[in-house]
Amino acid sequence: MSLLDVRDIAVSYDGRRAVEGISFTVEPGEVVAVVGESGSGKTTTAHAIIGLLPRNASLDAGQILLGENDLATWSARRMESVRGAQIGLIPQDPSNSLDPVKTIGAQIGEVLRIHKRGDRGTIRRRVVELLARVGLPDPQARARQYPHELSGGMRQRVLIAIAIALEPRLIIADEPTSALDVTVQRRILDLVDDLRAEFGTAVLLVTHDLGVAASRSDRLVVMKDGRVEEQGTTREVMSAPAAEYTKRLLGDAPALSARPFKDAAAAEPAIVVRDLVKEFRVGRSSFLAVDGASFEVPRGTTHALVGESGSGKTTTARMVVRFTEPTSGTVSIAGAPDDRRFRRHVQLVYQNPYGSLDPRQSIADIVEEPLRNFRLGDRATRRARVGELLDRVALSRDLLTRRPRELSGGQRQRVAIARALAAGPEVIVLDEAVSALDVTVQAQILDLLEQLQRDLGLTYLFISHDLAVVRQISHTVSVMNRGRIVESGTTRQVFTEPRHEYTRELLAAIPEPVR
Amino acid sequence: MTRYLLSRVGQAALVLWAAFTASYVLLQLLPGDSILIKFQNPELGLSPQQIAEIRAYYGAGDPPLLDYLNTLLGFLTGSFGYSIDTGSPVVERLAEALPETAKLASAAFVLAVLIAVLIAFAASYSRTSWLRGALLSVPSLFISVPAFWLGILLIQVFSFRLRLVPVIGGGELQQLILPVLTLAVPISAPIAQVLARGIDQVYAQPFVPVIAAKGATRWWILWRHVARNAVLPAMTVAGLTFGELIAGSVVTETVFGRGGIGRLTEQAVNAQDTPVMLAVVVLAAAVFVLVNLVVDVLFPVLDPRLKAAS
Repeated sequence: MSLLDVRDIAVSYDGRRAVEGISFTVEPGEVVAVVGESGSGKTTTAHAIIGLLPRNASLDAGQILLGENDLATWSARRMESVRGAQIGLIPQDPSNSLDPVKTIGAQIGEVLRIHKRGDRGTIRRRVVELLARVGLPDPQARARQYPHELSGGMRQRVLIAIAIALEPRLIIADEPTSALDVTVQRRILDLVDDLRAEFGTAVLLVTHDLGVAASRSDRLVVMKDGRVEEQGTTREVMSAPAAEYTKRLLGDAPALSARPFKDAAAAEPAIVVRDLVKEFRVGRSSFLAVDGASFEVPRGTTHALVGESGSGKTTTARMVVRFTEPTSGTVSIAGAPDDRRFRRHVQLVYQNPYGSLDPRQSIADIVEEPLRNFRLGDRATRRARVGELLDRVALSRDLLTRRPRELSGGQRQRVAIARALAAGPEVIVLDEAVSALDVTVQAQILDLLEQLQRDLGLTYLFISHDLAVVRQISHTVSVMNRGRIVESGTTRQVFTEPRHEYTRELLAAIPEPVR
Repeated sequence: MTRYLLSRVGQAALVLWAAFTASYVLLQLLPGDSILIKFQNPELGLSPQQIAEIRAYYGAGDPPLLDYLNTLLGFLTGSFGYSIDTGSPVVERLAEALPETAKLASAAFVLAVLIAVLIAFAASYSRTSWLRGALLSVPSLFISVPAFWLGILLIQVFSFRLRLVPVIGGGELQQLILPVLTLAVPISAPIAQVLARGIDQVYAQPFVPVIAAKGATRWWILWRHVARNAVLPAMTVAGLTFGELIAGSVVTETVFGRGGIGRLTEQAVNAQDTPVMLAVVVLAAAVFVLVNLVVDVLFPVLDPRLKAAS
């Protein structure tokens, strides 16, 4: 008998059906990955199983058999005895998933207290054991610390310790590593694998990352628009996808589609960065966010700055667009004036397409704003230009009167790109510009960026933590670690013959089937 | 932590000095003359010369800056001067009035916090949306009720109709019930509002489902985690309501005929008794500053993240 048997479940939000006809099983000790893009219903499905659907959602139909018990029929009260003890949860975002005002030890001990496993002393000892088990050094001291004193990777280990504390039969891991750097992601996934081997726990891995799903699961369930598109063993689905959607997903995932490398063209440099240093003061001490960075970007090409969080890549980008003053060193951008017109020449596109558009403005106003600011043309020519810009980024002109919230994430990022293009820049700095997007949308935006580069001769500085995306779009790469550029070269060189230890570690951390 | 504390105490002293100076200047600018109000009464039959002597006795003719410095020095050494109305030292009048108001205000504050917590908890715990909506609209109702009207209403209902609480006489506790209720209701409103909103915001945090996934009951989550996190902004507001508490006690004490700082203020204003008014304002400012200082000091204790920042 299966450990978990989900039969034909349906979930509605405020009466609107979001998920329907979902059936799959999880065998003891098995890893089943539920993959899909945002809005596919994968998280809703996971939350339905553990009984944590939000208030406005309801489980309308189906059975959720955990062993012999149908959890779908259980009361909220009764589910409390299952949660934590039989089903554990590893949440998505370690930064906000721990109560900020309680110690680590109290939060791990809590699950033991709730299920009444031992007195204070026993619980305290068990907490230290668990912290040691998930690989945190000096567990006794960790137990007394607060979440904000730990790094993201350490917090995710604490959350794993909570999930495994009672050795549940099933762990639901909801995007457990999407907020983490690749090297940390790898270590966390390894840890989950080890624990599964040790306790024989089954894992339901919910993820948007096909690379992670493919390298870590026994079976795959592919979801789209609240339905299961396809399921089977991971090997079968990856090698011979049956559903059209799965094929497209595999094709769009930058990590999985091995495109040819771009070779750097010999052109005069559009951006020259020399010995850039940025020092930040924190109280009395100071630290070097960027420590002597130098690179050149030939005109009409893409240079990628890759690195993990805290590597100094965003600070470097901000200095290139003159939002931050360097402590020392120079940035010169060929042909860029020194006054306010600098912004006509150099533009920035941010990561978050939700936050970088004024929610009260119409799309037409947003795209037109740079033209108004630089007094380019009269009303009629500006309106005409806005229309052209929308055509350029392949958005329908029907959207001109809409507001940002009426648009999808991909559409919003297109608007942000159109706005960046409005004043006719030659250099665009893209700070994690595709990181928040689903793979298929990401692939479309990357195609758009390449096409714009060809048509308009744009030079891109592409900031990213995602090596697979970098491999696809960039001609040259600089790898940053702790404020320093540890390796630079053409994308081909860096990816095929990495010279620096850190680059090798980064490349090794990309999920398995990609390499 | 010591530096944080010292800077907060320094700020508090600065605020007190500013409050003193501002109210001193305002009271000086007031039209009318308290000495003339009292002594120019024809029934007293004082000659203009005698009045001039009295004025000199109270220091009314001194140059403004000298008078300011004298008064400031007096306040720093604990001497608040003499009441023009009664001639007794201001300190005595304050000492007489303070315990009554302290009893009333502290009881009202405790009750206000209880009401606020009750409303906020009940609203967030209830699953029926109409009940929740009704509970959440209670603070808006409370805040719009004028204290004098509520006081009279309470007397009407509880004393005259139901005869539960005597209007005159009765034990000390009985006498406190209605004034405390009158004072507590409007003060509980902002605390309840901020607490309820804070609770809602904390519920939206990703760490809440993680606690639920441990198997915690709804009450466990609310009491041990959500409330702890939501209490900080509510505490700030609670500190700020101390100002209203002092203002509210003027009306409440008048309506219920109780002695206290509020009553003293009312009398001092009527008689333009400047020294008493100045002392009352500075006392109110001192209490307000002290309470908010305590709130500031408690913050890092309740939220460890602020310890590093301070």
